[in-house]
Amino acid sequence: MAARNRAKLPYLLVLPAVALLALFVVAPGVYALVLSFQARKVTGGLLGGGSKLVFVGLDNYGLALADPELWSSIARMVLVALLFIPATVGFALLFALLLDVPRVKLARSSRLAIFLPYAVPGVIASLMWGFMYLPATSPIGGDHIDFFGASTVFFSVANVAVWGSVGFNMIVIFTALRALPSELYEAARIDGCSELRMALRIKVPLVLPAIAMCTLFTALASLQLFNEPNTLRPLSNAVSSTWVPLMKIYEDAFVNSDVNKAAATSVLFVIAALAVSFVASRTVSRVNR
Amino acid sequence: MRSQWRLAGALVAGALLVTGCGGGGGSDQPAADGKVNLTFWDWDPNMDKVVAIWNQAHPDIHVTLSNPAGGDQLVSKMITAHEAGNGPDIAKVEYQSLPALVAKGVVADITQYTGDAAKDFDDTTLKATKFEGKVYGVPQDVAPLMLFYRTDIFDQNGLKVPTTWDEFKQTAADLHAKAPQVAMTNFDAADPGWITGLMQQGGADWWSASGTTWKVAINSAQSKKVADYWQGLVTAGTVAKNPSFSPQWNKQMNEGQIATWISGAWAPAQLGGIAPNTKGKWAVAPLPAWTAGDKTTGIWGGSATTVTADSKHAAQAAQFAAWLNTDDKAVTAQIQNINVYPAATSGRSLPILSQPPAFFPNQANYYDLVKQAAPSSRSFSIWGPNVTVTFSGYTDKFGAALQNNTSFSTALDDIQNATVADMKKLGFTVS
Repeated sequence: MAARNRAKLPYLLVLPAVALLALFVVAPGVYALVLSFQARKVTGGLLGGGSKLVFVGLDNYGLALADPELWSSIARMVLVALLFIPATVGFALLFALLLDVPRVKLARSSRLAIFLPYAVPGVIASLMWGFMYLPATSPIGGDHIDFFGASTVFFSVANVAVWGSVGFNMIVIFTALRALPSELYEAARIDGCSELRMALRIKVPLVLPAIAMCTLFTALASLQLFNEPNTLRPLSNAVSSTWVPLMKIYEDAFVNSDVNKAAATSVLFVIAALAVSFVASRTVSRVNR
Repeated sequence: MRSQWRLAGALVAGALLVTGCGGGGGSDQPAADGKVNLTFWDWDPNMDKVVAIWNQAHPDIHVTLSNPAGGDQLVSKMITAHEAGNGPDIAKVEYQSLPALVAKGVVADITQYTGDAAKDFDDTTLKATKFEGKVYGVPQDVAPLMLFYRTDIFDQNGLKVPTTWDEFKQTAADLHAKAPQVAMTNFDAADPGWITGLMQQGGADWWSASGTTWKVAINSAQSKKVADYWQGLVTAGTVAKNPSFSPQWNKQMNEGQIATWISGAWAPAQLGGIAPNTKGKWAVAPLPAWTAGDKTTGIWGGSATTVTADSKHAAQAAQFAAWLNTDDKAVTAQIQNINVYPAATSGRSLPILSQPPAFFPNQANYYDLVKQAAPSSRSFSIWGPNVTVTFSGYTDKFGAALQNNTSFSTALDDIQNATVADMKKLGFTVS
């Protein structure tokens, strides 16, 4: 009897998580899936006199995939990601290694200062950077550099994102560095290894799993790019309303009030995101081995 | 593996929430004593003072004001709230968005409640809220486009107020030669309201309808004439290219780096927040004409008070909408606090109109000038049922054209195609 009860315990323990998952992930997902197979059609007359939902099969998916705006938004997202991912992981690793050097001064407050931007909500950060970019309000030379130029805008958006996410990734890598046994360092020092060599030859290879995980996190974050360009949009002509895929989905759903096409695009996007995270996590586990 | 799925799950939730969630405000809790509570979405500054007058006088119908967003964003919020079944009872809607809201069934037909109020409006004004014989809103204000200009900048540089677009171009060039840091105005690719007004003045008719068939003519010759004119000014570098209402523009307006603003009659109420340092330095003149002596102008905004299809107290909501826009006390309070130019004909002879707006103490005849401009304002024969698509097309295509120095005319073609494709997809007949 006791054994059987114990067998039920694991199910009981995961129940809250399963319930939350069903409520907030599965149910909206199913709802979006249903929406993606429907379309709103006017019921006739000049203004239609109302509209009704009809089943249209895969039409919305066809429309979404044939939309050139979606593909250009993906292209822009990839461009930002190409700047964002290496910069975030690179700076995070650099800061973590610097803070790990023994006898470094003000390590605690530097760590906090680098981490702090992570605590600033993305919208606030984007607004703040927006003011720094605009010529009339810029303290960083906005009247000499056009931060919203056709190509500079990618750096400007990536910069806001990097600024906000370096701190978190730094903490992850730094924690991994701290977990390494100190005997390793002692042995290296006795062998006459310099701090720089130690960082490159011992620390980096040993925290590679943490770096890989940060890369995965950052890659997923770049798929979700929305706050930064969306907040910068009203400040400049350089950011269109469909600048990145999530803005495109938002635009379809709430501005053009075509919830159905937006749902179809979301479903496609989720499939793509799952594929990316699957490939990335396979790579991570290979590195871990 | 597990963390991977959790991440994936979070991503799924994030992406799907984008399509699933909606903002909304609850309403309609009929109290036991028969008191009715109505919710009212509006973005006018100081509207609370007007609502307070209603609440004072109508203890049985309490109106709660909220300001969830302005302009087109409010329309998006209304549609979303309608899908979720929790829209407000009453909402402020700009004329151009009304056909779309009617087509989606978001606003209610209030013909049966507005019989008396309708007498207070002339046919031109009423046409903007009446479709296929049914009334969908009570007009609040009309906003003819006018030329707002800085008297001090004009005086310092010895400029005369332009009366034609040719003169406007010349004045812009003169100003640029004398004070290169001051722009004549800005070409705003973010807010389509003003450009549609200029297109209306130029004789364009973006939408028209015969029977149940729509005709779309966004890229007509008349539109392209206006677009080409502005492209010329942008290329000459005499107008700024930044969006209106952006921090950049606000600062330039406040610091006298922009000499004119082509705007609606409601501008004085907005200028106080945009450029507080410039009080008393602005004056208003009629919009420059295409041919000398022509008085035609266009319209930027102007709104109606609507009752939503979700309201459980449509009769009371319509009563409020009618009161707000036809009662002398209510209209007076709106002119005083919001600087609207009233849509109701009786409102246009109220004594309050002999006083200048608070921000324009120097221009005693302000409302006289608006009154002269209003009857010559020309609108499209009807606004399309998917204006949001057209408007976001404007923002994107003209924004890109400004950014990349490409043709405004081609941008109009793109907007035309996107608008027609969307109307066909929705099931409208387009010729």
